[in-house]
Amino acid sequence: MWLLTLSVAGVRADTLIADLSNRFIAITTGFSGTDLLVFGAIDVPGDIVVIVQGPPTDVVVRRKERIAGFWVNRANVTFKNIPSFYAIAASKPIEDILAPEIQQQLNIGLEYLPMKTDVTLTPSETKEFREALIVNKRLQQLYYSNILRVNFMGRELFRTNISFPSNVPTGDYLLDIMLVRDKNVVSAQQTPLSVTKTGFGAEIYDFAHQNALLYGLAAIVLGLFGGWAGYVFFRRR
Amino acid sequence: MVQIYLPIAELSVDVFVLLILGWFVGFISGISGIGASFLMTPTLIFLGIPSPVAVASQANQVVATSISGTLAQWSRGNIDFKMGGILLLGGLAGSSFGVWLFGFLARIGQGDLVVAISYIMCLGWIGLLMLWESLRSVFKKLQASAKVKIPFYQRAWVQGLPFKRNFPRSNLYISLWLPIVIGFGVGVLSAIMGVGGSFLLVPAMIYLLGMPVTVVVGTSLFQMVFVTANVTLQQAIQNNSVDILLALILMISGVAGTQWGTKMSGKVRGEYVRFVFALLMLGVCVGLINEFLVEPSSVYSIRTVGELR
Repeated sequence: MWLLTLSVAGVRADTLIADLSNRFIAITTGFSGTDLLVFGAIDVPGDIVVIVQGPPTDVVVRRKERIAGFWVNRANVTFKNIPSFYAIAASKPIEDILAPEIQQQLNIGLEYLPMKTDVTLTPSETKEFREALIVNKRLQQLYYSNILRVNFMGRELFRTNISFPSNVPTGDYLLDIMLVRDKNVVSAQQTPLSVTKTGFGAEIYDFAHQNALLYGLAAIVLGLFGGWAGYVFFRRR
Repeated sequence: MVQIYLPIAELSVDVFVLLILGWFVGFISGISGIGASFLMTPTLIFLGIPSPVAVASQANQVVATSISGTLAQWSRGNIDFKMGGILLLGGLAGSSFGVWLFGFLARIGQGDLVVAISYIMCLGWIGLLMLWESLRSVFKKLQASAKVKIPFYQRAWVQGLPFKRNFPRSNLYISLWLPIVIGFGVGVLSAIMGVGGSFLLVPAMIYLLGMPVTVVVGTSLFQMVFVTANVTLQQAIQNNSVDILLALILMISGVAGTQWGTKMSGKVRGEYVRFVFALLMLGVCVGLINEFLVEPSSVYSIRTVGELR
């Protein structure tokens, strides 16, 4: 689902070259979010659109209803294979440089993102839950609220900064960098990006998930030792 | 402002906020002699930590505070090991069931609701009882209003329960069913609320079992070590939700706060402390009820499948 199917004839891949400041985002114990620089060059005039998508996940959207005066979760809908992260950057407002059909065809922008649900809903319900998903993802800073700016230095060099918050999901990301001319995508490049936990935090996470029994025992030993040390330390004073 | 990334909770929090929280809860526990961990879980959830992670890591933290207290009580000979062991039988079964139940409820999206309802009921009930008791002793009306009422453990049907055994340290001859059922009930709540459960167990031991006050605290701490260790293990295996780093931070500050609180406890009157403690309980209770009554700013919430959020 990641591959952009370019229906444009005569695409010359060499008209666009782009790269990232880093192909790897490391989540360490001190991680509090990071910026990624996307840069490149084009040899024909045009505009640039960059899309960043996180690994696909299934997401449950729940709606609270009032029951006997209390607000509790009731209805829920599962969206299948939703990008866990979605950001977009462009050198001009998207609607000025791309035709809606092309946006639709290439799934550019949240409003054109395909979102399949596990149950069949009425169009108004689908719209309601879909909007709720986007609003909540925006609150978590995982979906863009504003389209980021791609800046040109001269006619050929471009750059943009993508921000990742501290709660960024881990996994394999894909960046699609597109050269746009005459309301159409004329060249595109896809670049992977890996977001992984590293260091002490990653070891704890892997330990907890791969060897849960041993991890649980270690947590107990830590508790027993910590409590004993506290007892001994404060008894002496 | 030092942000630290919690590997299991998967977000960054200010380490000083956690240290102050742990210290404060420890201090209240130490000064009142009753575990105040019920203050911790709601605060952690308020800080954005997913409720399963808050509950599980808190249980791990209570392993440390309860072993520390148990060692102190043991050195004074204040533990009824036989009673503790029987309570523990029920406690281990109850807490294992509670962890399973909690994981199940969290997956169907009702985890927060069940945690909140358990808190509201326990805090409301115990808080009101304690408030009443402390006010009565402050105003010295204890004798005037004390009615002659047969205590629970002396009622005929309770005395008639089978499997009666002798508990020499507590000077009791009661059915094994009583401590097993009480242990089970407290174990379930302990797993769901992520607390040691002493604020439930201590009154139950005094009013339902009729244990002497001197051994109540030590015995409850003794069985709590094993129950919270079991909750930690079960949460780790079933829900992968124990954040060892979070537990460690709360542990260090909690043990220090408890020791300080214990030192202070001799300098203030017990009923005033219990009065403030009761107000804290009721305050948290009212806050939680309010959260469910007021229309939420957004009625929608999302959760990624496979994560306990």
